[in-house]
Amino acid sequence: MGLLNIFKRKKIEGIDNTMYLTLRDERRISKENNKIIKYYERMKARKNVPEEEYLTQMRDPNNVVEFENLHTYFFTDVGTVKSVNGVSFDVPQGKIVGIVGESGCGKSVTSLSLMQLVQAPTGQIVEGSIRYKANDGKCYEITKVPRDKMLKIRGKDISMIFQEPMTSLNPVFRIGEQMDEVVLLHEDGMTPESAKKRSIEMLRLVGIAMPEKIYSKYPHELSGGMRQRVMIAMALSCNPRLIIADEPTTALDVTIQAQILELLREIKEKINGSIMLITHDLGVIAEMADLVVVMYAGRIIEKGTVREIFHSPKHPYTIGLMKSKPSGKTTDDRLFSIKGQVPNPINMPDHCYFYNRCDRAMEVCLGEYPKLIQFSPTHFAACYLYDESRLSGDDLAKE
Amino acid sequence: MLKYLLKRLGLAIIILLGASALIYLLSMLMPADYIDNQTSAALQSGAMTMEDVMRLKELYGLADKSIGGIAKSYITWLKSTVSGDLGFSFLYGKPVTTVLSEYIWISFMIAFISYILQIIIGIPMGIKASVSQYSAYDYTVSVFAMMGTALPSFFLSALLMNVFAIKLGIFPLQGLTTATTVFAPDAHLQILLDKVWHLVLPITVLTLLNVGGTMKFTRTNMLEVLNSDYIRTARAKGLSEKVVTYKHAFRNTMIPLVTSLSGMLPGLFGGAMITETVFAIPGIGYMALRATRQGDIPFIMGYNMFLAALTVAGMLISDIMYMVVDPRVKLS
Repeated sequence: MGLLNIFKRKKIEGIDNTMYLTLRDERRISKENNKIIKYYERMKARKNVPEEEYLTQMRDPNNVVEFENLHTYFFTDVGTVKSVNGVSFDVPQGKIVGIVGESGCGKSVTSLSLMQLVQAPTGQIVEGSIRYKANDGKCYEITKVPRDKMLKIRGKDISMIFQEPMTSLNPVFRIGEQMDEVVLLHEDGMTPESAKKRSIEMLRLVGIAMPEKIYSKYPHELSGGMRQRVMIAMALSCNPRLIIADEPTTALDVTIQAQILELLREIKEKINGSIMLITHDLGVIAEMADLVVVMYAGRIIEKGTVREIFHSPKHPYTIGLMKSKPSGKTTDDRLFSIKGQVPNPINMPDHCYFYNRCDRAMEVCLGEYPKLIQFSPTHFAACYLYDESRLSGDDLAKE
Repeated sequence: MLKYLLKRLGLAIIILLGASALIYLLSMLMPADYIDNQTSAALQSGAMTMEDVMRLKELYGLADKSIGGIAKSYITWLKSTVSGDLGFSFLYGKPVTTVLSEYIWISFMIAFISYILQIIIGIPMGIKASVSQYSAYDYTVSVFAMMGTALPSFFLSALLMNVFAIKLGIFPLQGLTTATTVFAPDAHLQILLDKVWHLVLPITVLTLLNVGGTMKFTRTNMLEVLNSDYIRTARAKGLSEKVVTYKHAFRNTMIPLVTSLSGMLPGLFGGAMITETVFAIPGIGYMALRATRQGDIPFIMGYNMFLAALTVAGMLISDIMYMVVDPRVKLS
């Protein structure tokens, strides 16, 4: 038996079972991956695609972005990682949508899908749609927009602020040069002088004292907070309709965090845009967001307004999250933590992904993945606890 | 900056002193010295006696091989070297500096042309391979680069000579000029072309040997840069893939590239000993090998000191270039 295990080289532990990959499996996977990747890469590289193919209609004209049943997979050597697995939510005009979840739950990949910046060639959007309404009233189906057209949307209409300000700026170019670049690229009729004027104006807007001086500095000469301000200024310089802030405060210390969040909120008011705020910090969400999306292992398990999520969380995972946030009121000496770990994304079970960690798991939870259940016009959660039609008498008795 | 340069200069002097002492000691301890090499035949035939040989050795300063004697003669050498006189080559019968200045240029030309070729071929290949990582292009280029790097220079030389000089007869086999042709003294262009024709194979060998390294180095550094956060930022700005690769990424890849390539620059004067010898090109490497075989101590010392100085200069240049290309680096 021991000898046979030589051929089972890679061990993949799931919730229910442990999979082994043999050499033959690996070869098969890599062959299939190549085929799939080639197909999607070819689709993206097409030139002169007629506009009708990627223009669409918004479901609700008040939304800037609508995600519908988005699937973004990574085709790795050990199997397909379903990073985003059927995510649907809207980003309304002028609102801040917070996306929360543990590391690796797919929140960043969701936002990168919107930018078409998922790490290619392994990462591909395989299903679903992302509709985006541009300034000129046109609606784009981001999943079908060809690469060259996407370059005009990226950085102009949708801009992004990243987690690590220390490494997100190119170390060999001056701040000014990096900022001017965006303006010169996207705005017509800009000269280097007017671009410089715009950049300095933006630096002043984000609260940098002596913007002229910062303009000609290198990134390494600035502090982390300053760099994040520069990133925000850069994101703002083409008047975007949507800013994606991917954990903008995670790498900063607490006092700077508060300043940056305050800045983001001010800016949102000024430009009347929307913000997609990705974070795992519930405090940030409570402070900033209007709407909250809670993700777990690539799926949305609960979404609603910030009030609904914080005051009446429904899904056991959300409830756990709320409990695990430190608060001044509780006097317990230990912080609550949700037991167990996120399942391996390659070997996902067919049932609810939270089953192994859930303290209220029932027999019915081993059935198919629960559907989203509506509690109010805005509040949804995917859990059998609230699905009266599916609950058997037994389970109810246990409650 | 000035303080840094002075510090490096002081360090360089120490390095050169150490290197010269070591090389001097080793070449003095070689079992057969220049006189032994020259006189062995005469000694065997009885034309010379052991006493004649010893007298000659005395004359050349090779008689006393005790540590004290070596130290004494080393100090003599050092004194004259500091005053700018590298001595007289036993073998070539000329001052060492004259021999050096006569023969380095041909070596430099070969090395410099292959250096330029190596850069203009290796770097674009490396960039392209990194952009399309794991593609057929990437694999093909990597395999050929590895093959070029792995081959010993004498083997590759012999291979090319066999194919292009002997079998196909396109290029001359060895040497720098065609001995069978007599050129008019004013036919400068023809003489030059003849020389260039002779240098094609050696330059090809040197280029093939080194281009793989440059390509691999570019590829590795480029891949590292392409995975960094600021490249994602550049893409998020909406810049085209071309601008991302050739401006944002390559400007960062240039830091290690310029540093290492500029450090190689002085070394180009050092000659390619093996390749020059195989092709019988009278470059500095070829001359040095001959001198070393014969135990021509002044020339060995002069040449090796020259190499050591070039190495030190290379290190200094690469440090300075590092500061030039990377705004984060301040030399102090």
